Amino acid sequence: MTAHPPVAAPRARGRSRRAVTSFAAVSVLVSGAALTGCAQQRDSDVYTVMNSSTDETYHRWDAEAMARCGKQLGVTIEQQSVPAAQVMTKALRMASSKSLPDIVQFDASEMPTFAEAGGLADLRALGLGTDDIPEGIVDFGSYKGTYYGAARSVNTLALFYNKDILDQAGVKVPTTWEELRETAKQLTQGKRYGLALSAGGAEDGVFQFTPFMWSNGGDETDLDSPEVVEALDYWKTLLQDGSLSKSTVNWTQADVNDQFMAGNAAMMINGPWQVETLNTKKSLHWGIAQIPVPESGAASVGPLGGAVLTVPNTGDTQREKTAGRIVACLAGEKEQLTYARNSWMVPANEKAAAEWREQVPELDALADQVAAARSRTAKLGAGWSGVSLALQSAFQSALTGQSSEAALKRAQQRATSGN
Amino acid sequence: MTTSTVTAPASATTPGKALAPDPARTRLRRRIAQWGFVAPAVVFMLLFFGYPLVRNVLMSFQHYTPKTFFTGEAPFNGTDNWSSVFQDVLFGKALWHTLVFTVGSLLGQFCIGLALAVFFNRRFPLGGVLRSLILLPWLVPMVVSGIVWRRILDQDTGVLNTFLGTLGLDGNTPWLTSPDMALLSVILVNIWIGIPFNMVILYGGLQEIPKELYEASSLDGASAWRTFRSITLPLLKPVITVVLVLGFMSTVKILDLILALTDGGPADATQTLGTLTYQNSFVELDFGAGAVVGNVLILISAVFAVFYLRANRTEGK
Repeated sequence: MTAHPPVAAPRARGRSRRAVTSFAAVSVLVSGAALTGCAQQRDSDVYTVMNSSTDETYHRWDAEAMARCGKQLGVTIEQQSVPAAQVMTKALRMASSKSLPDIVQFDASEMPTFAEAGGLADLRALGLGTDDIPEGIVDFGSYKGTYYGAARSVNTLALFYNKDILDQAGVKVPTTWEELRETAKQLTQGKRYGLALSAGGAEDGVFQFTPFMWSNGGDETDLDSPEVVEALDYWKTLLQDGSLSKSTVNWTQADVNDQFMAGNAAMMINGPWQVETLNTKKSLHWGIAQIPVPESGAASVGPLGGAVLTVPNTGDTQREKTAGRIVACLAGEKEQLTYARNSWMVPANEKAAAEWREQVPELDALADQVAAARSRTAKLGAGWSGVSLALQSAFQSALTGQSSEAALKRAQQRATSGN
Repeated sequence: MTTSTVTAPASATTPGKALAPDPARTRLRRRIAQWGFVAPAVVFMLLFFGYPLVRNVLMSFQHYTPKTFFTGEAPFNGTDNWSSVFQDVLFGKALWHTLVFTVGSLLGQFCIGLALAVFFNRRFPLGGVLRSLILLPWLVPMVVSGIVWRRILDQDTGVLNTFLGTLGLDGNTPWLTSPDMALLSVILVNIWIGIPFNMVILYGGLQEIPKELYEASSLDGASAWRTFRSITLPLLKPVITVVLVLGFMSTVKILDLILALTDGGPADATQTLGTLTYQNSFVELDFGAGAVVGNVLILISAVFAVFYLRANRTEGK
């Protein structure tokens, strides 16, 4: 840069002054835009739903349902889909910038965290009834007694089996742990494993461990109890028998489904959201059964999974009321049935579920399993995420060599002290 | 800036010097203009580096939870976050893993990168094509590489184990599924990713070394190793410093690759500071604890940044 001599260049001086002013102006504009960008203007007839339907099919089904409900209520409903793992953090960010959408669909295990922070409106106060919804599913959408989340459908885990492989070997579908162990051993041949499940280091693995823990009488509040140790030891036996792949610790539930579809596993533990993918392979004949229990006659307790529709506290009561009506429509009996037929999940509403059972008899086992299923956050609420992390670390350690007892003792210690 | 030097000759050519307005005002204007040019950089640094940095340090002393996003209140809790993070067994593990990962990755990336750079420094047919092919890992997004490698390294159905099996070697290596192997596997994948960067920068450095030096050394009858040690390495030193420091900074904060490959598992065997801060902040939603680990990472990087600046300064003298 060279500065011109003052006298000779009055024009240049003017220019540089102008340059300085425009710098300042630009800075002000930029920071101004940055600040106002946060507080979004709301259009009075346009309502937004944030969900995790990033899959093309789910996004389309949701868009269709929203179009129907929008037409019925005389509003426009927009869908904003973000990856499942980002719904919570995105919603929190939006909360701090006061730009929350009108409706957020949370995974039910995450809802308590948002409710505890004071971010959700009471759905009963917004006029939603819970008459036709089984108590377990109302609890599933509640936190500390307040009903915050309306489930459209729920899911759980079940035992999927390859009919052809089981027929060929002449074995029956296992119903107890002992039978499952024997059957899995018998069906393990060459490259094929008897059973596939996910013990991955994320919520997937914990979700899959819960039916074994709960059916055996174990509990998430007491991770080092003999019942939980026994359940983990059972997983270890399956691995030691060679009935499970060593990669189990690295698999997500989607990976498990891939293995099953490829014929690398004769049976798998998985959920109904895989059915759509399973059905794309016409040559695969699969059946579904309840997850085997420790001893015959015991109840098979699976984890209740699924998402709930919530109305965040935006402070605008009028909009919240309309949002409540939208939730009521989306989670209404008719829409539930449509959604369940599309997604293969079980309707939350009792009447819809009864009709669904008639329409989809092949998933009967699943409907039974859902009826007995348990919510992961019922006891711990927002504390679930810490226990879940401790449990992941524990079953991964145990499956890779440590004793179940030591691993779970450490997990319980970590869960209670936080480190 | 060259302001003062220009004034003298320019005013000498200007006749009406006596008419100039008072020098104090002129100086002031010049100052304003100078600051006008510096201001955008300063504003940018303060807004996008200073603010988040200060915020992060503050956050590590606050009880920052999901509730904070609604109320805006995050009460200060002294050193609670720090002591709870430092008492966590996982933190010590993660620190150690980060160290092993960083040193291992840099060593591998640098040695192979340098060897390839020296190799491509001589001209031969198809050299250019090969050199650009080696850049590929660099162009692939980290997450994509991670997912592809996760499949390659699968114990039962992975390409690598199948390949080893057909060679008659151990085709059942638990690359990502054994806590003893997982960290090594992750390092190997990261070396593969980092080679192109090292090669390109070092190759550029090699091109700068005058050819006459090599001619002279060959006339003197120096061996290839001697030439490399006495000419290539010393002249490449500034470039080596840059490569290692930049490599260090991008390696120590690794997150995406590990999330895609192992998610920190199995049994926390590949948990690093990067994944730990992610887990604290975005899974457990304990933002205070996450900020503590983040600050430790920043501190480690800052120490190396100082080394880097000092090394550069001595080079300049």
